[in-house]
Amino acid sequence: MSKLIEWPYPIGYGEETEDSADVLVLGAGLAGCFAAISAARKGLKVVLVDKSCTIHSGAAGAGIDHWMNCPANPASKVTPEEYAQTAIERSGGFRNAIPTYITARENYEALLELEKMGMKVRDTEDEFKGADFRDEKTKLLFAYDYENRICIRIWGTGMKRSLYKECQRLGVKLYERTMVTSLLTERGRQGARVVGATGVNTRTGEFYIFKGKASVLCLSSPERLPWIFSEEQQVGPSSRRVLNAGDGHAAAWRAGAELMRMECSGRILWGGPVGIGSIIFGSGSNFASWYPCSIVDANGKEIPWVDADGKPISTISERTHPAPGQGFFNLGQLPGLVPDLAERIKKGEFTPPLYADLPGMPEHERRVIFGLMVGQEGKTWPVYDTYTKAGFDPDKDLLQVYDSGSAPIGWRVMGGGGLTSDWDLKTSLDGLYAAGQQVSGGGNAAGACTTGRYAGKRAAEYAMKVANPVISREQVDREKARVYAPIERNNGIRFKELARGIAKVMQDYCSDTKNEELMNIGLKALSEIREAEASTIYATNPHELMRSLEVLHILTVAEIIIHASLARRASNRWLSFERLDYPEDDPPEWRKWITIKLEDERVKVGELPLDYYGSLKENYEIHSK
Amino acid sequence: MVESKVYVVPDLMTPSPVVFDADVCNGCNTCVEVCMADVFIPNPEKGKPPIILHPDECFYGGACVKECPLHDEGAITLVWPLMQRVRWKRKETGQHFRIGMLNPPPPNTRPPV
Repeated sequence: MSKLIEWPYPIGYGEETEDSADVLVLGAGLAGCFAAISAARKGLKVVLVDKSCTIHSGAAGAGIDHWMNCPANPASKVTPEEYAQTAIERSGGFRNAIPTYITARENYEALLELEKMGMKVRDTEDEFKGADFRDEKTKLLFAYDYENRICIRIWGTGMKRSLYKECQRLGVKLYERTMVTSLLTERGRQGARVVGATGVNTRTGEFYIFKGKASVLCLSSPERLPWIFSEEQQVGPSSRRVLNAGDGHAAAWRAGAELMRMECSGRILWGGPVGIGSIIFGSGSNFASWYPCSIVDANGKEIPWVDADGKPISTISERTHPAPGQGFFNLGQLPGLVPDLAERIKKGEFTPPLYADLPGMPEHERRVIFGLMVGQEGKTWPVYDTYTKAGFDPDKDLLQVYDSGSAPIGWRVMGGGGLTSDWDLKTSLDGLYAAGQQVSGGGNAAGACTTGRYAGKRAAEYAMKVANPVISREQVDREKARVYAPIERNNGIRFKELARGIAKVMQDYCSDTKNEELMNIGLKALSEIREAEASTIYATNPHELMRSLEVLHILTVAEIIIHASLARRASNRWLSFERLDYPEDDPPEWRKWITIKLEDERVKVGELPLDYYGSLKENYEIHSK
Repeated sequence: MVESKVYVVPDLMTPSPVVFDADVCNGCNTCVEVCMADVFIPNPEKGKPPIILHPDECFYGGACVKECPLHDEGAITLVWPLMQRVRWKRKETGQHFRIGMLNPPPPNTRPPV
């Protein structure tokens, strides 16, 4: 088994393919597919580039069970304005409300488009007829808040397949297994109009030059975190995708685009220590796909719940209906188990282990949790399949709850940092639009679909007005030299060790404990690593070349995070941001956004008012025409 | 640029995220094509199951299993590592079970919604 195997794909390092598009879409997740579809529907030539395979790539590639933040659906009792205002208030004002409002206004339209493309969104078989969470008129099923009805349960494992087919039907030209390595700018200048991008094939090592009159950046947020050591800790059954290294953030940064919220990160508290926690949604729980499942102790004694304000509640129905005057539920504002459960267990009130009590739930709830949600949510289709084949029966069995605990000190997760945008979802660079997690506040699946769909239209309108782009050969050659350097070497450091070295610096100097001195040392350490070890990184095949470039992008993201963290000289609970040297929480003079970009290769810090987006309804209506 | 012959060695020490049944798998390589992380490469021997080259990059999304044309016949099975095989208890009898146990109970054949 462990013999040498010859690389199965033809190797073509440095060989060039050039293509041009009216609209160039980078990343074919939900946002990218929708952007491509929007632009192609206007009759434009669209090129769509993805590091993976469109049919399953992106955050929704394994499935989606919730269509969140959808106040515009016909059964909703919340208006988009009420929804957006509440979302802003619940974030202490620290939310880029442009994508929030666009999503609130348009995501029901995006859902109906997905339905037309073949994705199931309604209980057409009437399996849940009469259920408290079903709207009898539309046959839509709702989650969390059965009263206000803004989160729809969907059959989302087929979402990417539907989008992929629609892209093909519309003649979108796909380049798969192609990693975006950089953005090309007019005359190769930082901060100038974006005129295209470069890519490298992750199987053959071939090089691509894409020209675009307009470009839409739809790559992932840096989920493969600068704070965590190894790929196995990063990925595995409990957590995230190895591909999401922040290629888009790094490329935009190098091109001179402005980013915001990059100082925001939080302790990993959900889903457990990455890679060593329990299978997400594959163990007993009462949240997300498992909401509002009862939890019992080893003797069958039920763990009590409290409402969104912390007051005790006693019925299952109260978990899904806000108390009078409470406002609608969404994630972060939900009933849950009593907060002092750990102490109560210590005192002997409850006996571990705990179990999810599906058999104790009403029939419709049990069936919708284990039959629909587990089965559609990312990574849980195999849970349904494997568990039932192994004899698990939700009508009879209690699934154990595992203490997912919290991650080791210093392990953090990014908190929604991304590009700044205007009401066209245009970034600070001409010709460059952004959607999904690439834009700060781009949000979840519904947000990605809706902002992608919107940005694709705006990019298409721009593309119809501008001249053909001219790329700089010198910039291309510089990028080629950077991209292929790792395969020119045959000794030095390899990507895994480099990733661990960066993680250690971030844990030591820019983690839970931050101050000026620590972060300055951190920046110095990263810069030393960049000049010494990172400049010796080497790769032996195109796959490893991709991973090596990813780690170089992680290094760039790490530097951006420290720069942004140094620039915010105030603690802020809304950004999970704690400075030892500026302990006062959320002081009024720091109620603003810190922006950050490269100008002539120098870091330039700026600021924006918190509500720089202005009047939501008015601005949306001007720009969405 | 560099010599064109490139060789790789599969990582055999990381827990394997899937198991192939070589008697059923016909080497169609659908799993290779739908894997987001490019965990597999095609087997140099045609008709044989793919090689699991990068098990450490698997995030257990299950695309390979879901898309396998011979999944129901058992060509490919997703296997969570030992530390993540969950337990459950039958409410009425108190009997314990777990994923991966010897002599498991009969399967629950109810399809998902």
